[in-house]
Amino acid sequence: MIMNDVAHNAFALRGVSKAFRYFRLEGLNLELPMGQIMGLVGPNGAGKSTAIRLLMGLLAPEAGTVELLGRRIPEQVADAKREVAFVADDMRLYNHAKLGWHMRFVASLYPEWDEQYAQKLLQHFNLRADQYVKGLSRGEHVKALLLLALARRPKLLVLDEPTSGLDPVARHELLSELMQIVRDDSRSILFSSHNTQDVERICDQIAFIDRGHLVDARDKESFLERWRRISLEIPAGVTLPRLKDVVDLTLSERLATLTTDRYEPALHATLEQCGARVTDVQRMSLEEIFVATVMRSRAEVQS
Amino acid sequence: MISQTDPRPLYQQVKDQLRHRIAVGELKPGAEIPSIRQLAADIRVSVITIKRAYLELELEGVIHTRQGRGSFVSDNVQLGDSLKEQELVAHLRAAVQSASLLHLTEEQLIERLREARREASQE
Repeated sequence: MIMNDVAHNAFALRGVSKAFRYFRLEGLNLELPMGQIMGLVGPNGAGKSTAIRLLMGLLAPEAGTVELLGRRIPEQVADAKREVAFVADDMRLYNHAKLGWHMRFVASLYPEWDEQYAQKLLQHFNLRADQYVKGLSRGEHVKALLLLALARRPKLLVLDEPTSGLDPVARHELLSELMQIVRDDSRSILFSSHNTQDVERICDQIAFIDRGHLVDARDKESFLERWRRISLEIPAGVTLPRLKDVVDLTLSERLATLTTDRYEPALHATLEQCGARVTDVQRMSLEEIFVATVMRSRAEVQS
Repeated sequence: MISQTDPRPLYQQVKDQLRHRIAVGELKPGAEIPSIRQLAADIRVSVITIKRAYLELELEGVIHTRQGRGSFVSDNVQLGDSLKEQELVAHLRAAVQSASLLHLTEEQLIERLREARREASQE
């Protein structure tokens, strides 16, 4: 059954939990507005793939609800999947068949298949339809999977670590294709990645996940705007008081580096009133923000 | 060209690039500029970043957006000089900020500016 009301979110996970023997994903709340790209970032074993598999209906949650393009998952998963394409790099194609056979097969299942676009992708990804899957390199195999997903013109594209195993040229081509997709504001993309540089460049929404918990999630611009690293000189005899919103403070005798996730220009005045001299204020890369966020969250769990 | 090794944030690079295209006359007053999603796809930068750049340019009076019709270079935007002028103002503000971080007095800052001029004219 297709819901009549228009979904504003491409997907929504609400209070989703799932326990395994040595791992537990707990109370995951995550949603992606239509027309946007979300980057799911986390260390190995953080729960990124588990979250994606719950979303795709490949795992059933123990608690919470999952909604995918307005359908309830797992009950209406078959209906939702006609408009969702999912690629994980552990997926396998048939070794004994050619890429062209796979293209015809997927085209026969999905009426939205765009053959002209598929031909264009063959060129962009430097693949040939008459290649046997058996003869594909690892990177070519990933590109073949991406081609089969992209040419379906899905409403939601879900990619688990899409750029790992791709050479820089293929990565460039993939990022270009992803940006072409969201020219249409009714199409959305979720991808998990270790590559914070790719995420920083093309994502609208960013979610950090560590040890089964969502550590932080917000839109990219406010993410980057909140974090700063501030260099200070501390004259002899001055001791910095405990300041709130300080994520990390590295001190030598006279120099300090302070990291904050609630940056405001007013902080300068506060620091100077304490007797410190602000010598530099730097923005941080998403990678630095990610590491600082995870380290803080782990320290809070331990304390 | 938008670069991730450039110290400027991405949204700032997008703003500077559009200003530059206007300053050199590539985009004339009243001309339509690419839609947010079009530009995002063209330069492979997130939609939200382009949105922020457009919003700030609009607040600065460089462009204006007509609902459902697109974004345009403002008619009254003075080409070249005025944008160069704005660029200078931005640089001067940055210099004032750096000087305050270094605790320079006004006189010291002015002297440093004179020095910089002398050095530049010798090159």
